Amino acid sequence: MTAVHLGMPAFPSFPEAAEAATTDAQLRRNLRNATHTIRDKRARAVAELSDWAGLRAAAAAIKNRTLRHLDHYLLQLEEAVTKAGGRVHWAIDAADANRIVAELVKATGETHVVKVKSMATQEIGLNEALAAEGITAYETDLAELIVQLGDDRPSHILVPAIHRNRSEIREIFVRAMGRWGRAAPDGLTDRPADLAEAARLHLREKFLSAKVAVSGANFMVAETGTLVVVESEGNGRMCLTLPETLISVVGIEKIVPTWQDLEVYLQLLPRSSTAERMNPYTSTWTGTAEGDGPREFHLVLLDNGRTGALADQVGRQALRCIRCSACLNVCPVYERAGGHAYGSAYPGPIGAILTPQLRGITSALDASLPYASSLCGACYEVCPVAIDIPEVLVHLRERVAETGKGHPAERTAMRAARWVLEDPARLARAQRLATRARRFRPRHLPGPAAAWTDTREVPRIPEESFRDWWRRTQGGGPRAGGGPAGKGGR
Amino acid sequence: MRVALFITCVNDTLYPRTGQATVALLRRLGVDVEFPAQQTCCGQMHYNTGYRRQAEPLVRGFAEAFAGYDAIVAPSGSCAAMVRDVHPRIAGRSMGRVPRDRVAEVVPKVYELSEFLVDVLRVTDVGAYFPHRVTYHPTCHSLRLLRVGDRPLRLLRAVRGLDLVELEGADECCGFGGAFAVKNPAVSAAMCSDKVRHAADTGAEVLCAADNSCLMHIGGTLERQRAGVRTLHLAEILASTQDDPHGSGWADGERSPA
Repeated sequence: MTAVHLGMPAFPSFPEAAEAATTDAQLRRNLRNATHTIRDKRARAVAELSDWAGLRAAAAAIKNRTLRHLDHYLLQLEEAVTKAGGRVHWAIDAADANRIVAELVKATGETHVVKVKSMATQEIGLNEALAAEGITAYETDLAELIVQLGDDRPSHILVPAIHRNRSEIREIFVRAMGRWGRAAPDGLTDRPADLAEAARLHLREKFLSAKVAVSGANFMVAETGTLVVVESEGNGRMCLTLPETLISVVGIEKIVPTWQDLEVYLQLLPRSSTAERMNPYTSTWTGTAEGDGPREFHLVLLDNGRTGALADQVGRQALRCIRCSACLNVCPVYERAGGHAYGSAYPGPIGAILTPQLRGITSALDASLPYASSLCGACYEVCPVAIDIPEVLVHLRERVAETGKGHPAERTAMRAARWVLEDPARLARAQRLATRARRFRPRHLPGPAAAWTDTREVPRIPEESFRDWWRRTQGGGPRAGGGPAGKGGR
Repeated sequence: MRVALFITCVNDTLYPRTGQATVALLRRLGVDVEFPAQQTCCGQMHYNTGYRRQAEPLVRGFAEAFAGYDAIVAPSGSCAAMVRDVHPRIAGRSMGRVPRDRVAEVVPKVYELSEFLVDVLRVTDVGAYFPHRVTYHPTCHSLRLLRVGDRPLRLLRAVRGLDLVELEGADECCGFGGAFAVKNPAVSAAMCSDKVRHAADTGAEVLCAADNSCLMHIGGTLERQRAGVRTLHLAEILASTQDDPHGSGWADGERSPA
């Protein structure tokens, strides 16, 4: 099997990358502000709908059914897209998809493409692959543009430049815009309106000259072969309508069977992602149309590990994800570690369950991702398609522990703990042993336990365990009903 | 009604005072609570760290130890949630190593302490007295898995002398998460840093929760920082009365650690 690419250089492991992030005061402040703002807005937008729970259940059910019959819907989609004048390409992995896209671009004779914000092309590292073939890809989503100009990496699914504030963005524009095209206006300030105007001028030049566009898609409607892109800026629509050739790279799990199914997600997605009641720019297209929009349309259907994830009975629910990023915005770990620590195009809680499944648990980084959560459950609570992220995290931890990627000392300790806890007599003996050492209360513990005492005191060991106290006193004082304070409650 | 106390291994070993308070409180309310001595641990540490097979004997042991009781009361939201949420799943995937029917029988009888008081005994005023300023941290598993809602707050509001103050960002995780605190110490500490700052900002002298594992983490940080806020389990507040404000009648040994 070829290695699955997720478009990111690897860090040694999540804890190491996250530790560095926790000391970056600017990053901490940027992320705290941004995530808390979106989080609160989302909560208000969702509270407006009385049938949210029903929508959420429907969204999960539709995706489950679709995934169960994915083979059927993919063929239906291929047929419909072909009939509407598009061409369908099947890509088994990132290298395959990159090769197909590069060949399609080369066939047009162009060396520049404009891009609609897309997770799938981040996942496969398309921009880098095209660059290696002498093709420059211009990101046109404002946040992706900031990331590209800053020679940076996205750190959030919806807001890729969430780790940047406006003064940092101004610096990036002033420094880099000229190298990529139209330079930033003289005397650019960090007022959001001025920054947006600078981006508008810079991008307009690209939209008007591009002959080829590359996009992803939020949904694909199998019954008609229609693709759907949901965005807020209108820049995506420029790319989807102006160029002559459109190439869309889409994960095979993005299918919904019918337009009626789509309606459910178009209600859930904007409220979950940007806290909007209705999405500002929802573009749909079906193949090609004479005299309107691109004359050539290619759909690259991307597997890249998805079939493997689908085979996992617990893990497959991650394929329901509609990339809203609500789980990132509520995650206390993401808020403090930042998106880059996850070493993947997919950060946050969804990334922690998606990346190891798509990529396989082959590196120390992948093996550390399922543990990048306190299992607080905030992600599951906000997920619009009810992915039980904590359940999948624990399931993947099991895989890490079983495949020998876990720590051997940990395995031994777990076995020993089980042996003690299996038997009340053994537990009691262990407790008495601990009690004997109770006067020794170290401020710093050695080995892995140092991770605890670096910032916390260890608990005091009591003189006697509860079970020994009960055995000695039968639960202490007077029995129920015997004391004057006894109140009837039963 | 036969009522069993599920003490949990953390309380049993490190926080017996919480167990003693639970017993005193339940007896005061007329419940003749028993302690099935066969009980040990719910297996949460094993399961959550990725050792589901190691948790299986503990799940089986739980079902055996508590068979036949009408209600099983746990002074821990996290362990109650483990039993209710996960034990049936472990049994279901155990290929018969953990009997599903026995687990299914015992699971619906499990109550977190505030659920038992409010839903089963139908009391919110337990006759407690605690003349201190207190803030309450809801803990993730009570909040999102058990959905205990405002039950603990209703109990605290009915305590005489208690000045309950709201904790900012209360529903955010403290950063304990079992193995998480050791595997991701930096992020865990960063999360707790915000939690203890919010706690100190309330001006409360006591941060209360219904889970000693979270309190071990928060309390350990507060103590290291000399923050002047102590942690206390909900049961210990509810067990305190005007006649016995320090629990000398029911607690054994020294006072609960700050």
